[in-house]
Amino acid sequence: MRSIDIARYALGSLNGARSRTALMLLAMSIGVASVLVLTSLGEAARRYVSGEFASLGTNLVIVLPGRTETAGGEPSMLIGDTPRALTLGDAQALLRSSLIRRVAPLNIGSAPVSYGGLERDIPIWGSTAELLEIRHWKMGLGRFLPKAEWDRASPVCVLGQKVRKELFGNQPVLGEWVRIGDRRFRVIGILESAGESLGVAVEDMVIVPVASIQRLFNTSSLFRILVEARSREAIPRVIEHITRTIRERHQGEEDITVITQDAVLATFDNILQALTLTVAGIAAISLGVAGILIMNVMLVAVAQRTTEIGLLKALGAPGRQIINLFLAEAALLSLLGAGLGLVIGQIGNGLIGYIYPDLPMGTPLWAFVAAIGVALGTGLLFSLLPARRAARLDPVQALARR
Amino acid sequence: MIDLENIQRIFPVGDQEVHALRDINLHIDAGEYLSIMGPSGSGKSTLLNLLGLLDRPTAGRYRLDGQDVTTLSDNQQAHLRRERIGFVFQFFHLVPRLTAAQNIELPMVLAGLPVDARQLRVQQALRDMGISDRAGHRPDQLSGGQRQRVAIARATVMQPGLLLADEPTGNLDRASGKDVVDILETLQRRGITLIVVTHDPELGERAQRRLHMVDGTIVNDTAKP
Repeated sequence: MRSIDIARYALGSLNGARSRTALMLLAMSIGVASVLVLTSLGEAARRYVSGEFASLGTNLVIVLPGRTETAGGEPSMLIGDTPRALTLGDAQALLRSSLIRRVAPLNIGSAPVSYGGLERDIPIWGSTAELLEIRHWKMGLGRFLPKAEWDRASPVCVLGQKVRKELFGNQPVLGEWVRIGDRRFRVIGILESAGESLGVAVEDMVIVPVASIQRLFNTSSLFRILVEARSREAIPRVIEHITRTIRERHQGEEDITVITQDAVLATFDNILQALTLTVAGIAAISLGVAGILIMNVMLVAVAQRTTEIGLLKALGAPGRQIINLFLAEAALLSLLGAGLGLVIGQIGNGLIGYIYPDLPMGTPLWAFVAAIGVALGTGLLFSLLPARRAARLDPVQALARR
Repeated sequence: MIDLENIQRIFPVGDQEVHALRDINLHIDAGEYLSIMGPSGSGKSTLLNLLGLLDRPTAGRYRLDGQDVTTLSDNQQAHLRRERIGFVFQFFHLVPRLTAAQNIELPMVLAGLPVDARQLRVQQALRDMGISDRAGHRPDQLSGGQRQRVAIARATVMQPGLLLADEPTGNLDRASGKDVVDILETLQRRGITLIVVTHDPELGERAQRRLHMVDGTIVNDTAKP
């Protein structure tokens, strides 16, 4: 029997029992649609979190002074050796690698900032022009720290939105001089509000050149060095490079800690991926239920069409052919149901995306493949029993009925 | 064409065994017109089903065109049914959702014949049966006589050598019954072997050779006086 004839025959019998067909299509499409919507939701959550991390800076490696041990206390305290401070020279030394795109030294302190009669204690960040790009911040007004020699202590500063509001209200701010500690700085830019990112209130800070903050607090050490690797793949080699460079500069002491944002992100990614899979698994149960419904209805169909099956056998259809006919029916049902489910699922996803525009909805390709595959699989699997029952019907008894 | 040797057919009914056929020996030549008569439960339908390879004997040997068919697999038997045997039933057994033409086409669809050859033979069969104008009608739009003609067309469209008819007029009025018998007899005159099972003596008497069955045995065979 030709496959086109098998398909036509199956389509004909589906068309011959419309309410049965409609019910099965409904069950199948709801199953497929729920798989798609739920995986899209999980995927959206994953992308949302990844996006949040990316906004902190991509391929970021953070260098801290001192070596943190996870157990056993601080060995350096026992031998009386304090960790050596990181210096601007250390940070500059790191730049000598093609794997590293940007380096930003960072010092943080808190000092009273005053303008006119107003004064407030505000976190002060000392860094270089690279910080803006490494942290993916944007300027609201004016410009960021100038690209200059790192050890030049220019008296300029960049303010967060909140600082500006509190000190200046609605007055013009660019070019004004504020007092930080015992020094005066000219305001050259305002950061765009970016909310809270990993515990840093971008709105509530003042940024000055790193050399300026070192003079302000009279120190030569750094709080952090932020390093941006050229690519995600380069990160392990970057870490190795940093460790080696600093060790050489620190007379063989490995007295720094290197943290990658990637490791944290990967953990989150894994958790959310597992969550998506779990949710998809739950949705797949509904597909299984649809499969059982198909089996049920197929069994009824076999009972209803006993004479037809007997006739096909009398006309010379072998059992294999009858199985094929019923499986073709199930496959058609599953495919049509899956197609309908795709449409319903995409509409559902569109609706969710419309209601929650912040969620980056999008169904991963594997979910499409899995949904259609599982639909077809369950449809065929659960039709196997009814089809075999049909193929084993005794034609004499089947034809004896009217 | 047909050789039955010591054919037995035993049905288990509950704890008991029912001998539907006891020790049947029968030879039928190609092109014969044969009727099988007898009371209900005499085994005539069982014999017809055996001849049509819808049922297997419990014991004995059945040779069709010299080939022992009792040992064939289900698939091989299905193939023989498709190519060499046509069935006509009392209740027509047309597929209700298919048109007359599609019902006639069905055996050729199952056999996997190409579409244009199928169309040709369907048209020819419809003309032969005089129901060309009914080609697009579904069975519920046809009269009993027309339905049986569609069924005969379907049974003969694969050009089998053997045509088995089980009470072909049992569900028809007199006039259309006569039409159907005429068609069957025309087919037989053109060379097909025709075996008719019937209750109706008038139909049975028309056959050149008549078997009478009682209790699973052939009690009378006009070919063996």
